[in-house]
Amino acid sequence: MVPGKLKRKVIEEKSASDDKEIEKKPEESEEDEDYGSDEDLLVEINNEEQEQDGSDDNSDAESDNSDDILSFESFDSEQEGSENLQEVSSEIDAEQTSSDEYEEQEEFIDKEKAKLEEQKRLTELKAFRKKERVEQKKASELIKEQLRQPNDETLISAKTDRPTTSNDTDENGKKFIEYEDDGDTSDEEDIRNTVGNIPLHWYDDYKHIGYDWEGKKIIKPPVQDQLDTFLKKMEDPDFWRTVKDPQTGQDVVLTDEDIQIIKQIKNQKNPNVNFDSYEPWIEWFTSEVEKMPIRSIPDSKQSFLPSKTERKQVGRIVHSLKMGWKKTKAEQDKIEAEKKIPKFFMLWDSDTGRDKMRRIHDHVTAPKRALPGHAESYNPPPEYLFNDKEKQEWEDLKDEPYKRKLHYVPQKYKSLRHVPYYQNYIRERFIRCLDLYLCPRAKRMKATVQPEDLIPKLPSSKDLQPFPTTQSMVYTGHTDIVRTMSMEPMGQYFVSGSDDHTIKIWEVATGRCIKTINTKGVVRSVAWCPNPKISLIAVASDKRCLLINPHVGDIKLIAKKTDDILSDAPVIEEIENERIKTAVQWSSEIDANDYKDGVRIIINHFQEVSQVTWHGKGDYFATVMPNGLSRAVLVHQLSKRRSQTSFSKSHGMVQCVLFHPIKPCLFVASQQHIRIYDLVKQEMIKKLLPSCKWIAKIAIHPKGDNLLVSTYDKKVMWFDLDLSTKPYQTLKLHQSAVRGVAYHSRYPMFASGSDDRGVIVCHGMVYNDLLQNALIVPLKRLEFHEKVSDYGIFEVLFHSTQPWLLSSGSDYTIRLYT
Amino acid sequence: MVKRFKKYEAGEGVQFMSRLAALHKLQLSLNDFRRLCILKGIYPREPKNRRKAQKGQTQIKILYHKKDINFLLHDKLIWTLRDIKIMNRRIKKADSVGDMRLKRMRINKYPQLRLDHVVKERYPTFIDAIKDLDDCLTLLFLFSTFPAIKCVTRSQTTLCRRLSVEFMHYVIASQGLRKVFVSIKGYYFQAEVKGQLVTWIVPHYYPYQPQAKSEVDFRIMANFVEFYTTMCGFVNFRLYHSLNIAYPPQFNVSIDSEESQTDETTFVSERIAALNCEIKKTNDEQFEEPEEMDLQLISNEGDSEKVKKMHEREKALKRKKNLFKGLKFFINREVPREPLVFVIRCFGGKVSWDKSCFVGSTFDEDDETITHQIVDRPSISKQYISRDYIQPQWVFDSINQGVLLPTNKYFLGVTLPPHLSPFSNAHREITEYVPPEEKALRDPNLVVQHEISDVENEDDEDGSKQTEGELNLALVNAFREENKQIRAENQVEEKGGKKIIEPESESDEEIDVTDMLEYSDDENAEVEEKELTKEQKRELAKEKMAVKSGNVFKVDTKKEKKLTEQELKLRAKMVKSRHKKLYHTLLEKRAKATKETKLLENKRRQIDETRKKVRAKKNNA
Repeated sequence: MVPGKLKRKVIEEKSASDDKEIEKKPEESEEDEDYGSDEDLLVEINNEEQEQDGSDDNSDAESDNSDDILSFESFDSEQEGSENLQEVSSEIDAEQTSSDEYEEQEEFIDKEKAKLEEQKRLTELKAFRKKERVEQKKASELIKEQLRQPNDETLISAKTDRPTTSNDTDENGKKFIEYEDDGDTSDEEDIRNTVGNIPLHWYDDYKHIGYDWEGKKIIKPPVQDQLDTFLKKMEDPDFWRTVKDPQTGQDVVLTDEDIQIIKQIKNQKNPNVNFDSYEPWIEWFTSEVEKMPIRSIPDSKQSFLPSKTERKQVGRIVHSLKMGWKKTKAEQDKIEAEKKIPKFFMLWDSDTGRDKMRRIHDHVTAPKRALPGHAESYNPPPEYLFNDKEKQEWEDLKDEPYKRKLHYVPQKYKSLRHVPYYQNYIRERFIRCLDLYLCPRAKRMKATVQPEDLIPKLPSSKDLQPFPTTQSMVYTGHTDIVRTMSMEPMGQYFVSGSDDHTIKIWEVATGRCIKTINTKGVVRSVAWCPNPKISLIAVASDKRCLLINPHVGDIKLIAKKTDDILSDAPVIEEIENERIKTAVQWSSEIDANDYKDGVRIIINHFQEVSQVTWHGKGDYFATVMPNGLSRAVLVHQLSKRRSQTSFSKSHGMVQCVLFHPIKPCLFVASQQHIRIYDLVKQEMIKKLLPSCKWIAKIAIHPKGDNLLVSTYDKKVMWFDLDLSTKPYQTLKLHQSAVRGVAYHSRYPMFASGSDDRGVIVCHGMVYNDLLQNALIVPLKRLEFHEKVSDYGIFEVLFHSTQPWLLSSGSDYTIRLYT
Repeated sequence: MVKRFKKYEAGEGVQFMSRLAALHKLQLSLNDFRRLCILKGIYPREPKNRRKAQKGQTQIKILYHKKDINFLLHDKLIWTLRDIKIMNRRIKKADSVGDMRLKRMRINKYPQLRLDHVVKERYPTFIDAIKDLDDCLTLLFLFSTFPAIKCVTRSQTTLCRRLSVEFMHYVIASQGLRKVFVSIKGYYFQAEVKGQLVTWIVPHYYPYQPQAKSEVDFRIMANFVEFYTTMCGFVNFRLYHSLNIAYPPQFNVSIDSEESQTDETTFVSERIAALNCEIKKTNDEQFEEPEEMDLQLISNEGDSEKVKKMHEREKALKRKKNLFKGLKFFINREVPREPLVFVIRCFGGKVSWDKSCFVGSTFDEDDETITHQIVDRPSISKQYISRDYIQPQWVFDSINQGVLLPTNKYFLGVTLPPHLSPFSNAHREITEYVPPEEKALRDPNLVVQHEISDVENEDDEDGSKQTEGELNLALVNAFREENKQIRAENQVEEKGGKKIIEPESESDEEIDVTDMLEYSDDENAEVEEKELTKEQKRELAKEKMAVKSGNVFKVDTKKEKKLTEQELKLRAKMVKSRHKKLYHTLLEKRAKATKETKLLENKRRQIDETRKKVRAKKNNA
């Protein structure tokens, strides 16, 4: 590139050699003119090469011509690549070289050979040019050095080393070298002053400003003062276009052209005035199809051949379509649509057959929704519609909708077309969905029983007769609560003891009070001696236990005999225990009045006596002193007038004691337990656990295997002594404390009396068969007593032979039920 | 060393796991877990001992059985759910990047849930599936009316519609419909499918309404529908094949036209039109009903009462199935067509409607062979003499009753008799209230009466039919009373003739009657004494010598009742302690029911009285 440029400058130098003083700018503008066209850089090179090669022989016209062609080529080059262009240029080159040198050679050489040569040359040329460029660079560097230490000889000699392939002569050599430098450094630099690129103020103190090419000093122009410049300004019409050259210090007057250029630049226009920026646009490539081709070059052969790669690609697609790897759009849509439609098939082979498959463990099927009733109808019977009260109720339960009777308001519509959409429909469905997946499920037994089925199957009460059903007699006479009663073994009389300090002896059948005996103390318990040969009643009155001969019935025989027996006291041989002595004293000396009443023996206790009970044979009897601690229970022997305590230790407050009817056993009921003692062996046999809070009374079955316990906590418990220590059955028949309980001695019957004024008669059958448990059937509730204070019935008592029942209550009466 | 026993290492303590634990084990989000549970039919379990099952904790947790969770764990659905999760993420990413091509590609590759095996797992036998069809159908019928909303796609609703229509077609083809009930919620249909009763509800139009998010979560319902569509498809497939019908059924009317995708009304009308056309069968073989064959076999063996009853029931059923055979119905345009078309077709009737309004009508209004026109407006201008103009309730009531009811109560503009639920008969307790209308329906005499009146109707249609029904009722009542009297008289005569004194008679009524007779005899005797002749006196003396009639022992029923009540009370106390609670709750329940019944009865009485008053006033005026 560099030599090309140089050459151009040489030519310009020739043409414009007259005015050497002209500065760079016009040159530049010329250059701009040349390069103003759209030519590519490469084109430039070729152009210059051509000029360079054919500067001697070829005319300007020729070069212009070639230039035109090239310009076309350059357009093509954009499309067809730079190679094409190279070729063309080389062809041109070849023509020129042949015109230069091959004229001298022989003409019979073949064209092909020539072409070969051409190519060779061309390559050589290219290689050479490259080399040239490198060398030139080196040379320019050298020159720079030499300029700094100016030595012309070496400079020239260095220049002469240049190869002379171009047709430059030695004559031009000097000039060439002279401008070589200029081209190398900068286009604009005017080198008339050789000091180089140094700050000019270094020369401020000198007269000269530098040195010219010949080494002579360039003298500064005389300094003009303000006045001179002013004068000059006034006088010289060219003053405004006079400029000071900093290199030489000379004034330079700018030409019109210069000023024109400056103006153009100032207006931000192209410096060249002649440059037309609005040239008409020539559309070479338009959508219109020309009849003739714009360019004469025919299409390349390649453009007619199908692309191999494309063909391969297409082939691949076709193959994959064929194989079904790839789908067309239509096919894809079809597949998508098919995918969306579920496919159904015969999933179950038979209606009921089941395959072996994994399935939900212990599946609980969801219960079905309840089916609608009449109320849900769109046209229900009128009674199902809400009245105002129900409506209000429905609305009041807004916050607790689950409490509503119905979850909807029944509506009546005149006709089907009036029926609107049900507001809660979707919600109900949603809740059902929630139920299905969120509600815990379990298998539960559903009670399909009627309440009657739960009542145990018992024989009808009619089959269990006889039992007392109605009240037939009322015994009145006591003036206070009748606490206790006892039946004569024959069943003709009974005795009752009351809080009014008396005992009364009644005839059962007539209701007549035969005798009234004042005991001078609250009578807590009476007991008729079970031995029919003795007529004797044991009475627990306050701290005393009285043995009274009632003088009823067979007075001559039995009563007298009793008196006889009691009159002669046996001789006490044993020395009594101190412990017993302090507790009990027997005394047979009685007031005449008392004796007349029938009191025969008084046993004084150290504590209040709450109960007295006879052994079956009538010789032994026991008294209970609840506050007696370890001496609470005393067993007395009538024949020997002797007492004994069986226990050394107390087990709580003793409520009640009872002799076994057959065996020598004693039942002792404390507040919560019942202990059974063997009186012979002096040990505890069994401890019954009624699991209650306070035992009131106990009664024993005449056969001795079953025990009834009544408690203050409303219960009556049946113990089967053979079965267990826990109750065989607990009856909660009463509403309040059960104070009295009794077995019938002959009939399978028992009764219980309670503070709720009711006497309940139950059938209690005990079988001889050990495998069969007792049968208990509640038969009848008898409620005739009146309620006085909080108490109801204190004692129930069966007649010894008849199915009659006596009950004594807090209303001072005794009632008989038959 | 002996290994120490620790709590909750065996038994209920290890059988259950909480939902959170299940989520951790399955590595699923709650939504996915819920979906999986819905699809697989897994539900929480109620442990026997909640404290033990929760390892000592007392607050109530949702507990799943461990085996259930393992069952979920080993299903391939779980992987599909995970794939779906991943694919959702990838699609979201493609969307956020803006690569629509990639997004489309991924959407196309979206994993599909296959539920075939789940259906088989949940319903090992076909009958199991039918037993569980109630919820399925109800939900499908609901969804088939839905518009496309965010979580319910159009394809889902169309599928629901397709399946529901298919099922209805099966019911028509098998004549399986048994009961219909129009409630305020919708139409209840009960059909017998393979011996199982399937009940479903079709809501009144148009059921869709946007719901509050806190109230209804459509996504959960959509999950259910997803499973139910699959299940219903398989069930339909088998049902159709059992009737030798091709599945999917081919209709003359296209039910999935493009227009229906956009227009709701055509969507509906096409569905109804499809109901009205026959579906093609695969082959013309007449399949025999196996039930009949069985019965014949049984009848050969012996004529027990049971068999007779069965025969009767079978006959009634057969009659019911062909209830509308030979009848032609025309439905006016204001009448809800879908349930009526379905119902009438089920019982062998022919239906059509206005051609100009909806597609698929088979005959026109001016067809002379139409027997009934169903109208739901007070009056109609142009009436044909040859047909009955009835309100739609007639159809439903007739079906539930099993006979064609007289049409007079259901004429145009007439106030309708109450529409009773046909489901209330089953499992009814003794204490439950029965409205008098139902009592009348249950009475066998009345059914006969209805039939008679029906004949009469046919004879003179222009007669005053409104009063006829009432007259009939009155007649029947009169007839009954007469019968009663005659019976009573007969008894009296017998006793009087024989002059037998019964010390303890069986019923109070009879005693009273005999008593009266006795007294009257005595009185007569006293009056006549004055005019006694000697002969008469002799006769009297003779009579005196004869055995005298003693006093009748009167049983005081009230007392007796009281006594038995007391006894019962006492015996009730003998209920075993473990049953005591149950006993009392049962009693309470019964008391409540009787209270309800009494309340309704009182209400009814009041209403009737006021009505009577109003009528009397009118008559006076």
